[in-house]
Amino acid sequence: MSAVEDVVTESPAVEAVPKRAMTLGYGTSLVVLAALIIIPLLVKNFIIFQMTMLLIYGLAVLALNILTGGSGQFSLGQSAFYAVGAYTSAILMEHAGMNYALTLPIAGIICFAFGFLFGQPALRLSGVYLALATFALATAMPQLLKLGYFEYWTGGVQGLVVTKPDAPFGLPMGQDMWLYYFTLVVTIAIYIASVNLLRSRSGRAFMAIRDNEIAASAMGVDVALYKTLAFGVSAGITGVAGGLGAIAVQFVAPDGYTITLAISLFLGMVVGGVGWLPGSIVGSAFIIFVPNIAEGISKGLSGAVFGVLLFLVIFLVPHGARQVAIIAQQLVAKLKKN
Amino acid sequence: MPAIRLGLAAVSAAVVLLAVTASPSFAQKKYDTGASDSEIKIGNIMPYSGPASAYGVIGKTEDAYFRMINAEGGINGRKINFISYDDAYTPPKTVEQARKLVESDEVLLIFNSLGTPPNSAIQKYMNQKKVPQLFVATGATKWNDPKEFPWTMGWQPNYQSESIIYAKYILKNKPDAKIAVLYQNDDYGKDYLKGFKDGLGKKADSMIVAEDAYEVTEPTIDSHIVRLKATGADVFFNITTPKFAAQAIKKNAELNWHPLHFLNNVSSSIGSVMKPAGFDNAQGIISSQYLMDPTDPQWKKDKGMIAWNQFLDKYYPEANRADASVMYAYIVSQGLAHVLKACGDNLTRDNVMKQAADLRDLELNGLLPGVKVNTSATDFAPLSQLQLMRFKGETWERFGDILSGDVGG
Repeated sequence: MSAVEDVVTESPAVEAVPKRAMTLGYGTSLVVLAALIIIPLLVKNFIIFQMTMLLIYGLAVLALNILTGGSGQFSLGQSAFYAVGAYTSAILMEHAGMNYALTLPIAGIICFAFGFLFGQPALRLSGVYLALATFALATAMPQLLKLGYFEYWTGGVQGLVVTKPDAPFGLPMGQDMWLYYFTLVVTIAIYIASVNLLRSRSGRAFMAIRDNEIAASAMGVDVALYKTLAFGVSAGITGVAGGLGAIAVQFVAPDGYTITLAISLFLGMVVGGVGWLPGSIVGSAFIIFVPNIAEGISKGLSGAVFGVLLFLVIFLVPHGARQVAIIAQQLVAKLKKN
Repeated sequence: MPAIRLGLAAVSAAVVLLAVTASPSFAQKKYDTGASDSEIKIGNIMPYSGPASAYGVIGKTEDAYFRMINAEGGINGRKINFISYDDAYTPPKTVEQARKLVESDEVLLIFNSLGTPPNSAIQKYMNQKKVPQLFVATGATKWNDPKEFPWTMGWQPNYQSESIIYAKYILKNKPDAKIAVLYQNDDYGKDYLKGFKDGLGKKADSMIVAEDAYEVTEPTIDSHIVRLKATGADVFFNITTPKFAAQAIKKNAELNWHPLHFLNNVSSSIGSVMKPAGFDNAQGIISSQYLMDPTDPQWKKDKGMIAWNQFLDKYYPEANRADASVMYAYIVSQGLAHVLKACGDNLTRDNVMKQAADLRDLELNGLLPGVKVNTSATDFAPLSQLQLMRFKGETWERFGDILSGDVGG
């Protein structure tokens, strides 16, 4: 066996996470939910906007988490699915005059199909090779969006401006706050669906593939189907996040969906804890707020400061937010005993 | 107690008197969010990181300029508080930063935010909020649209008007030209190309024999030049950023291809393009300009250039003086200072736009002699004049009149 094969086949790329450990406890969930509902009533519109982006990126990280933490496949191409979702929503809203809420399921379905199809050739690849293939997708996407053939629809390099929806039924609520609660509802729905997916038969199949492909197929799991399915689900959720992102930012342009976004999402997943779904929101907070903190520390060296912070996180808590949560849980348990 | 009564009367008389004398000036002083008796808050968004980080020096120079203004007593006695954020040239981040500036930092206006995609992303928001998006740092044509976007104003001559000037020159001096165009595959390149075709009019299809696009991520554009040479074109329009411009000039010489070479002014810097490409290879290239190239020896004794050097010596000594962006930032900062001064004590957003749209033949340090800033209620393109120039020896030789090519958005 060559050294390369060793890397690919022997060392498990993703550490096995038991499915119980993938979610939060009941009480904690309620506290987090209450915080997410109440905070926007007390803060400025700008913070509400940031929280909306937090949920949106959280969704995208969650999608990657299902793919990597669930089925053990890597992807550096999430920005491509995000872009497809964003453009689908934007084009349907601006060219077809469709209601924003209806564009999201369509964005999700189109991205699901796109991800499922991309999953077909990706089946032959695993580990670093799959990461590279998806990387290629992410690099190609901004250029494809610029192509002259689609320019009428995509607005080419100039991008598309999206109209922000008002609160319906005359609710006494600003656009930002409405969009936040709308995003929150979508996020919770997708979160619950994802948790259930991972607890279902399909979820068990994903995890079996993650832990040992050969054993999984011996148990009768259709490896090819479930691998592509994982890709499809992940892409679909990312597409919905992209659509929401387009509505929140009110603008889509190729420059918004470069490889940097894909890497940010990947980073968010690692920081949040691979395979731990609630960590997605922590990871998302990391990729939104830490660059701002880094910029506050040093404008000229913001990239370097960000690198140092990231290094510290990976060095001190290699399993990300999940590790922190476990430590906290143990502390609480100790206190209770005393 | 007459004494006290007298005292009271005196006090009340004084109060009345004070009110009478003070009230007119109270009436004159008007502020919107972001301005006060002591301070004017200016927001700015720059790509300090990411693919366009080379432009970050614009934000740094502007910061230095306003430090100088503050050290000299501020504008009408008010200090400038210049808040500049990084958006890494990604539109979603630009939106976040713009909202932070407007809603959290509460700036009076956003000044000279950089890049076409980032500015497009916040244009609608800024106009909804009625916060000036003043003197944006992009050459796209769409910023001159006061009807649709009365709170957005451009600054530099736009790409389309520049290439129209070249097209007119070609039609006049080389009507049977066979033209090859090389352009960067983004908004900037396509805007230039569009202006060029518009300028050639009906003859565009027959005159342009080859169009070739390159991606900004390509390491070299040599193969594109080889392909363009093979078409037998005798005019070459070079729409490239500095690194690629230098490569193209060099490659032309290597291939012994000597068409009439037009170079967009984005890459007309002597220090960063002509010198690395080799002066011998660059002879006869035609370009255009509106500001002084700091590396051009002919401006050494110009008073604007001397002022620029003094400013950099004191407030930004580590600046790279061969970088045209430093000069650009210096000029646009003067523009903002002028507008704020003209606002006087009426620092409302409305008045800022009104004053910005009322610049008449304003001359600023660093602009070419004869190039002036002009705006009106229907013209939101402050700089729209350029002068053609030809490279000779080690410097640009300007020729012809100051040309104007106003194009609406």
